[in-house]
Amino acid sequence: MSILNIFFLVAAIGVSGYFLGRARAKNVSGGDLSKLHSLPGYAGAYVFLWATIPSVLFLAAWLMAAPFMLENTVRTGFPQTEQDTSENNQNLSMGMVRSLAGGLREFSVDERLGLPKIFEEIGPKLNERGIVLGSNGQDFMIDAAYTLIALQDKSRFWLTVIAITTSFIGAVWALSRIAIRLRARNQVETIILAGLIAASSIAVLSTIGIFLSMVAESGRFFASVPPMEFLFGTVWDPRFAAADNPGATGQFGLIPLLAGTIYIALVAMIVAVPIGLFAAIYMAEYASSRTRAIVKPLLEVLAGIPTIVYGFFALVTVGPLLRDISAQIAGIATGDGASFIQAQSVLTAGLVMGVMLIPFVSSLSDDVITQVPASMREGSLGLGATRSETMVRVLLPAALPGIVGALLLTGSRAIGETMIVVLAAGVAARLTLNPFEPMTTVTVKIVNQLTGDLEFTSPQTLVAFALGMTLFFITLGLNVYALYIVRKYREQYE
Amino acid sequence: MQMNTKFKPLENVPLNADPSPRAISICAEKVNVFYGEKQALFDIDLNVGANEVTSLIGPSGCGKSTFLRCMNRMNDTIDTCRVSGKITLDGEDIYSRDIDVVELRARVGMVFQKPNPFPKSIFENVAYGPRIHGLAHTKTDLERIVVTSLQKAGLFEEVKDRLQQPGTSLSGGQQQRLCIARAIAVQPEVILMDEPCSALDPIATAIVEELIDELRQNYTIVIVTHSMQQAARVSQQTAFFHLGNLVETGPTEKIFTTPDDPRTESYITGRIG
Repeated sequence: MSILNIFFLVAAIGVSGYFLGRARAKNVSGGDLSKLHSLPGYAGAYVFLWATIPSVLFLAAWLMAAPFMLENTVRTGFPQTEQDTSENNQNLSMGMVRSLAGGLREFSVDERLGLPKIFEEIGPKLNERGIVLGSNGQDFMIDAAYTLIALQDKSRFWLTVIAITTSFIGAVWALSRIAIRLRARNQVETIILAGLIAASSIAVLSTIGIFLSMVAESGRFFASVPPMEFLFGTVWDPRFAAADNPGATGQFGLIPLLAGTIYIALVAMIVAVPIGLFAAIYMAEYASSRTRAIVKPLLEVLAGIPTIVYGFFALVTVGPLLRDISAQIAGIATGDGASFIQAQSVLTAGLVMGVMLIPFVSSLSDDVITQVPASMREGSLGLGATRSETMVRVLLPAALPGIVGALLLTGSRAIGETMIVVLAAGVAARLTLNPFEPMTTVTVKIVNQLTGDLEFTSPQTLVAFALGMTLFFITLGLNVYALYIVRKYREQYE
Repeated sequence: MQMNTKFKPLENVPLNADPSPRAISICAEKVNVFYGEKQALFDIDLNVGANEVTSLIGPSGCGKSTFLRCMNRMNDTIDTCRVSGKITLDGEDIYSRDIDVVELRARVGMVFQKPNPFPKSIFENVAYGPRIHGLAHTKTDLERIVVTSLQKAGLFEEVKDRLQQPGTSLSGGQQQRLCIARAIAVQPEVILMDEPCSALDPIATAIVEELIDELRQNYTIVIVTHSMQQAARVSQQTAFFHLGNLVETGPTEKIFTTPDDPRTESYITGRIG
């Protein structure tokens, strides 16, 4: 029976267990539900959980352990000549056995009897069914494959029997336990709690996992490039090895990338913060509830646009526009029509990224401002303050920590942004103060270093992980600081 | 913190150092209030006398708070609220087009049910109103206003050493007196109080009630209260609201001893409410 079918069968036992359990609980209550410790629904859920969880856990454990055990058994049956070869060689042979077994499964049991037992002859037969094998097989592998198939079938049979029996026993046992005083509710709640904890630990564990994988790869990078050269180098020139220059290592200076990242993020924040804040103030204080209901979702639509779309908006519209305007200004001022803003520049990327960030600033700030207790607002208005005085002197100061938190979150988004920069500011790693020239950011270079046909052995590719670590620490720092401020804010009115 | 030393010499400022503006009367005629389609008040006619404490009593939802908030147009901040009729402050219609609502609220101060000090220092809380209305020309002026307001609210002695601490660090009763000081600092003519003692313990309540009685000398006070004892203790006039109607109004003593309307009697004896 296939795994999916076993799963459905167990689920079916569980669901019928639920209804039986519920009915039984109603039955033992004698019609007076208030006598029960837990409502019938809980008794049903109790039976359902007993019918499914042990069985599914068993299923999972078996599926993880079985292939190793089976293959080990098959491997001990390999002829002595094979057993004397290296571990790697045996692994390769086992792989061949596995694909042979997979191929043989395409034939019915009767057909298998008619198949030849010689590798060179069985290959074409399998080919007829669309299965392609490697050419380095040996005859003993065919026997091994049959052994494997037999073991797999046996394993699957017992798996089916045990999983379903477990489910059934669980259901029956749980049903037999149902009584007036059974604390089904507490047990069900405990299981739900365990599920919730598992869900939240997955988020934490994956963060740790991502971090550890970066640490390992960065370590390999720093083995070939000294950390000081990376952190304080001012030249980014990761030459890839080429035919005429096979030993090229290049220079991996972080500074131009970091400068570009911070510069572009800064321009973006200069655009996004005032506009976003004013929009938030308008929505929180001045807009009627009808206007607010229309404007706020519209503004939030901006946040839903994929950043690559902003990127080509920058590339085909904003960049050329800025270039042409600057050419005209230059023409009027000096008579020389050379544009001083390049189409791809820090300014273009900053402007467009700023527009992208407006909804983040406005939406988060609006939430923070409206969270300030209404009594503050009324207190101020009741003293004869105007709406703008109330906003500037009471609401904004009260909301300030929350707004700062919102800005820091927005800032870490600006630092992590990639697609807009690629299209709007280019990929040239340059160190300049002129916002009208192209620069590039850490994220862009990560993409740059990791695209193409690469192996993760040279510093040219491994540097991506070091860059990733740098970004990770910058955004982590910003986020932790934002959380700290937001938490401080929570205590304000208590 | 440096404020502490500065204020020490000012402790002896007399209670009524600055001449408070004269108190004035309020007159309401045929006031109707609607929240959307729902009518909350029906044809309210009420006179509030100068230098008197008028208490508005009645069961929850009877419209007494709504009426109170009509008198400084705080209901304007609610989108769906509509007020008709006429309310005059010293003969001037506060709903007329010539009235600047900001100016009105400076003349008619308000103290809310829950103490709502701003998350600023005690000093800044009281200085807030004078600052926005430009009542103080110098720093000394401002300090004088803050000190006298705190004195009038009976809070100065308790907080004089910690004027720079946040207003939210005070106890509930102190916070409410801080809010009263904040309202007084704007030098209003009328003070509206919306259940000012409902969040306070009996001791703090007694202090605030005593304060209300003192403030009567200089201000016209309207107070909404759920406590009939409080109404009896602090007010000279009482108005009884029921289901959006003004049932009866008159001297407090009369309302509580020989009310004309049977509904009033039922309420004060605890049979409806």
